[in-house]
Amino acid sequence: MKTIIKVDKLRREFIMGIEIVYALRGISFEIHEGEFVSIMGTSGSGKSTLLNILGCLDKPTSGEYYLDNISVSGLSKNELSTIRNRKIGFVFQSYNLLPRTSALENVELPLLYNHTVSGKERREMAMHALELVGLSDRMGHTPSQLSGGQQQRVAIARALVNDPVMLLADEATGNLDTRTSYEIMSLFQELNTKGKTIVFVTHEPDIAVFTNRIIKLRDGLIIKDEAVKTMSAIAALESLPVNDDYEIMVETLN
Amino acid sequence: MKVINLIRISWKALLRNKTRALLTMLGIIIGIGSVIAMVSLGQSSTKSISTEISSMSTNVIMVMRASQTQGGINIGSGNVQSLTQNDIEAIKAGSVKISKASPVVNSSQQAVYGANNWPGSIRGVNEDYLSINNFEIASGTNFTAEDVKTSEKVCLIGKTVVDNLFDDGENPLGQVIRLGKIPVKIVGILKSKGQNQMGMDQDDIILMPYTTVQKRMLAINYIHMISASAISEEASDLAVADIESILRRTHKIKEGADDDFEVRTQQQILDMLSSVTGMLTLLLAAIAAISLLVGGIGIMNIMYVTVTERTREIGLRMAVGARNNDILKQFLFESSIMSLAGGMIGMAFGVGLSYIASYFLGWPFVLNLITMGISFFVCAAIGIFFGWYPARKASNLDPINALRYE
Ligand SMILES: Nc1ncnc2c1ncn2[C@@H]1O[C@H](COP(=O)(O)OP(=O)(O)OP(=O)(O)O)[C@@H](O)[C@H]1O
Ligand SMILES: [Mg+2]
Repeated sequence: MKTIIKVDKLRREFIMGIEIVYALRGISFEIHEGEFVSIMGTSGSGKSTLLNILGCLDKPTSGEYYLDNISVSGLSKNELSTIRNRKIGFVFQSYNLLPRTSALENVELPLLYNHTVSGKERREMAMHALELVGLSDRMGHTPSQLSGGQQQRVAIARALVNDPVMLLADEATGNLDTRTSYEIMSLFQELNTKGKTIVFVTHEPDIAVFTNRIIKLRDGLIIKDEAVKTMSAIAALESLPVNDDYEIMVETLN
Repeated sequence: MKVINLIRISWKALLRNKTRALLTMLGIIIGIGSVIAMVSLGQSSTKSISTEISSMSTNVIMVMRASQTQGGINIGSGNVQSLTQNDIEAIKAGSVKISKASPVVNSSQQAVYGANNWPGSIRGVNEDYLSINNFEIASGTNFTAEDVKTSEKVCLIGKTVVDNLFDDGENPLGQVIRLGKIPVKIVGILKSKGQNQMGMDQDDIILMPYTTVQKRMLAINYIHMISASAISEEASDLAVADIESILRRTHKIKEGADDDFEVRTQQQILDMLSSVTGMLTLLLAAIAAISLLVGGIGIMNIMYVTVTERTREIGLRMAVGARNNDILKQFLFESSIMSLAGGMIGMAFGVGLSYIASYFLGWPFVLNLITMGISFFVCAAIGIFFGWYPARKASNLDPINALRYE
């Protein structure tokens, strides 16, 4: 199967005054097309640092990174921008949608930086991406008119709109309640079954079970990298009690 | 990146904060508005002066007593008594370039008629003064050379004097008014001339034989001024030269010594006046330009705030593929759009203002397209100049830090 990501002895050090922080201390792995990988680890273990490098937002201090068989280390800033624009879709914990801007226009944003896409195509592609995340009926809504889960769906649509080779998500369910998190995970699973490669940073084990491979970090090193049996997010969603979490809590207290 | 997308992005960003954008533009609106208004009004006033020049006899020459300095202090012209009727005779006889000449003796006396009174500005002249200075008679007649010779107590009065001394419907012709202690008969009424270019009422005037003013009012035998006319406008300069050489001779001024008189043409006075208006316009425009500068600094200030406030947005744009250059351009466009839009509104504002002002001042309305064009470029330059540093700051942000910014 095609290799999407190959990292070799990746190191990332931050110089803080006279002190050096070793965020990544030699990380190697490969991710193939169609994988749904979660990166886990305690706070400060280097998850976000790794994801930023994978997303071409940051460069490693040393080590090699091949994305879609291109060596990223030798690329200029502008070439990295183009790669982010064409090959990568980011999903953030805090959505990062433009305020007072419709869902459709938020989704169109990456295409504005892609000069090969015409205005008409842009609109069509954005509408298609919103359909994929199930928000065709909310295109004209601004972020303040959407729930957290819906906002994250818009953000996922924005990540998908360029048809990137992979999605990168950093704690994408971190701001959401259990039910909405499962809904988002089932959306990711659906996209994954359609062939999208996904790298998902989380520190919640009950979220990681919906992926098919877990890479565990500690202090900038991989301590575990294994394939796992994937649980269906839709099934998990159905097994949730119909009532909301608050009522469950009250019931257990009684 | 496509320019159209860039404009789209900047425009949308501005729309997200309309009130702020408008308030930021206000500085530019006021700046450009006042520059346009000042320049346009300045040109209106200059034009109004030049229209006046062309409608006026430009061959009028005035001879005044020179202002003299004593020990470096200018004591004005009041202490010198250098001009007399003899000078006029000498000029008339000595220069073929002079067609007419009249003495001028000024006095002011309270004018009284019945229960009304008015501070009269009295000008003692000869019978030629009217034609030299383009005064016309509305009714009655001019006084004659004979009246001048015999110091007759007659006068011509302007419209302002008529309005203030006589009740509506009353005919002033043939009436006798009192000027100070002297009863004077009105023989003619002058046609209204309105204000002159200095804003002085030319109808507030009482013309009398100069001999009457000299003997009966002031008890002097010199004159204050000579008002003469050259045979043509072209002959003006030669006439001035003639007058100077004649007067130096009759006044027995030694070679190398200063004149004890001053010769001015109407043209010179008007030129001086337009240069004064020109300078005033320049000064006002400079003040207006400073307000434009302040407007530009306002834009810079707001752009800095905007960049800080939108740090996460900038990080996001970079994450989805915006190049540093795209960010730089976006913020430059935002500041330029604000200053250009502000400039447009300001131009409309300034044109409107100068239109209204010139309407009320009775000046011709001048719309200078060059000034407008320059203003347009100045606005663009302000947007780029004052937007540059904030935009640089935005484009140099590190995407990771920007995304994490709280
Ligand atoms: N820009 C930076 N400058 C200095 N140190 C940094 C920087 N970014 C990260 N670090 C350090 O690198 C280490 C790894 O940070 P990272 O953000 O990758 O952790 P994380 O696994 O994502 O943690 P969390 O689960 O809390 O998000 C931390 O010790 C952090 O302090
Ligand atoms: Mg993190």
